[in-house]
Amino acid sequence: MTTLRIGSGAGYSGDRIEPAVELADKGDLDFLVFECLAERTIALAQQARLADPDAGFDPLLSERMRRVLPFVARGREIGQRRLRIISNMGAANPLSAAQEVRRVAAELGLHGLKVAALTGDDVLAALHADPQALLDNGATVASLGDRLISANAYLGAEGIVEALNADADVVITGRVADPSLFLAPQLFTFGWAQDDWTRIGRGTLIGHLLECAGQITGGYFADPGVKDVPDLARLGFPLAEVDAEGRAVISKVAGSGGRIDPATCTEQMIYEVHDPKAYLTPDVTADFSNVSFTAVGTNQVRADGAEGRARPDTLKVSVGYLDGWIGEGQMSYGGPGALARARLAREVVLERLKLTGVVVDEVRAELIGVDSLHGATLGSRTAAEPWEVRLRVAARCADKSDAIRIGNEVETLYTNGPYGGGGATKGVRQVVAVASLLLPRDAVKPHVHLEDAS
Amino acid sequence: MSTIKLRELAHSRTGDKGDTSNISVIAFKPEDYRRLVQQLTVERVTAHFAELLDSAAGPVRRYELPNVQALNFVLPGILKGGVTRSLAQDAHGKALGAALLDIEIE
Repeated sequence: MTTLRIGSGAGYSGDRIEPAVELADKGDLDFLVFECLAERTIALAQQARLADPDAGFDPLLSERMRRVLPFVARGREIGQRRLRIISNMGAANPLSAAQEVRRVAAELGLHGLKVAALTGDDVLAALHADPQALLDNGATVASLGDRLISANAYLGAEGIVEALNADADVVITGRVADPSLFLAPQLFTFGWAQDDWTRIGRGTLIGHLLECAGQITGGYFADPGVKDVPDLARLGFPLAEVDAEGRAVISKVAGSGGRIDPATCTEQMIYEVHDPKAYLTPDVTADFSNVSFTAVGTNQVRADGAEGRARPDTLKVSVGYLDGWIGEGQMSYGGPGALARARLAREVVLERLKLTGVVVDEVRAELIGVDSLHGATLGSRTAAEPWEVRLRVAARCADKSDAIRIGNEVETLYTNGPYGGGGATKGVRQVVAVASLLLPRDAVKPHVHLEDAS
Repeated sequence: MSTIKLRELAHSRTGDKGDTSNISVIAFKPEDYRRLVQQLTVERVTAHFAELLDSAAGPVRRYELPNVQALNFVLPGILKGGVTRSLAQDAHGKALGAALLDIEIE
């Protein structure tokens, strides 16, 4: 029986590159998938594209391709398992990204690779045509005015399947739902019907398990003495061996760091899931509520029991918009009495912001080491007073000039505040916020662009 | 009756979607799952995170996954505007699960 081997080469845009190279070299893969688009990434990329029409794709695209394309070429030559690449590193500009992949292939002397770009996720024009459409935060599209930057629908697997049917070696997309990147090669290889909800639900589970790369192989898991993970510095990325029924074993390259067992798989399965009976993607309403994991070998886990029901009629759209500025300042206090001095510094800064008329939409003043992560109530569950405390004041302001004054007020603690403060830092950044809305499926038209590299 | 910290019985991971956080609680041993179902109620989790929750965003929800000995808590509004515009240092709320593991279980 044919099986399919899919590896996960990145769990986010800035992820480590060597584990992906290790998978391409030693994973005996059919497909290597790079998932690199967080919620806001595409809005930031769209801003880059506005400044330069050839920009707006993942900054690590060229480096990743330089490292893995030789293995794609090798697979074609030796005619065993043929490695192909799928990635959403196209971000806001899949066409330019595909062009860059062709350029890198040429630079490496690799000829004849077919590189496809998938577009159609950019629905900004459709949104402009419906200004009264309501976002999940209660605002209308019209109210965003010229602060609206980007609107991208989460596409499903079908565009990628079309590109694979056209024999693409590399498929570069913009916004595609993360699990769909991994479902596509399964649909392509096994030819499941578009309404085979059970198998598509299983394939979606596999995609969800793989989409964060190292998060299923022991990354973000270690808690020394409670949950130990070997060799995190050389963490291996995961691969799934899938059969035509959508049954899969998750594993990693032998000798790589990390661990895969039912515990790591369970953490990743529930990650970013709300109702486990209804995990919505563009392809299916997946049901993970009856999934079970069985260790079938060292660092090998079988996943069973995923199901699926009909896919939603609408597609989720992420809308990026400018939302003012965040100004921030920090200052550390240490030694005996550090906590009281940091508290006094906090009071002083908040009073100064009022006295000097800084206009803020929202302000947050916290003590790192005490209450910054979980608030004062949970932060007081330990009796010990910290040796060092770091004051952090952050505020969101409509105007940049007000945001700049937040960090300045913290910095003036040096010569005007309590004793023993040091290490002031300050900064200002523009806020690119993201909201979402739903669009009817037929308003979105995926389109595949295919060209050969020279 | 003696109590122990949840951290000794279970492990956890936190995910974010928009304004909402989800925290899994997974029993290390299958035999401890029942205790978690009985004691780690929506009410207790709501009380634990009371200072951080936004009641206007809706109640905490709990889902049971007995096959993998896990509970999944969904906490609407706890991310205060979500990753993209929150003023929080940990805008994703990644560290919330670690705070839940400090809860006492009988």
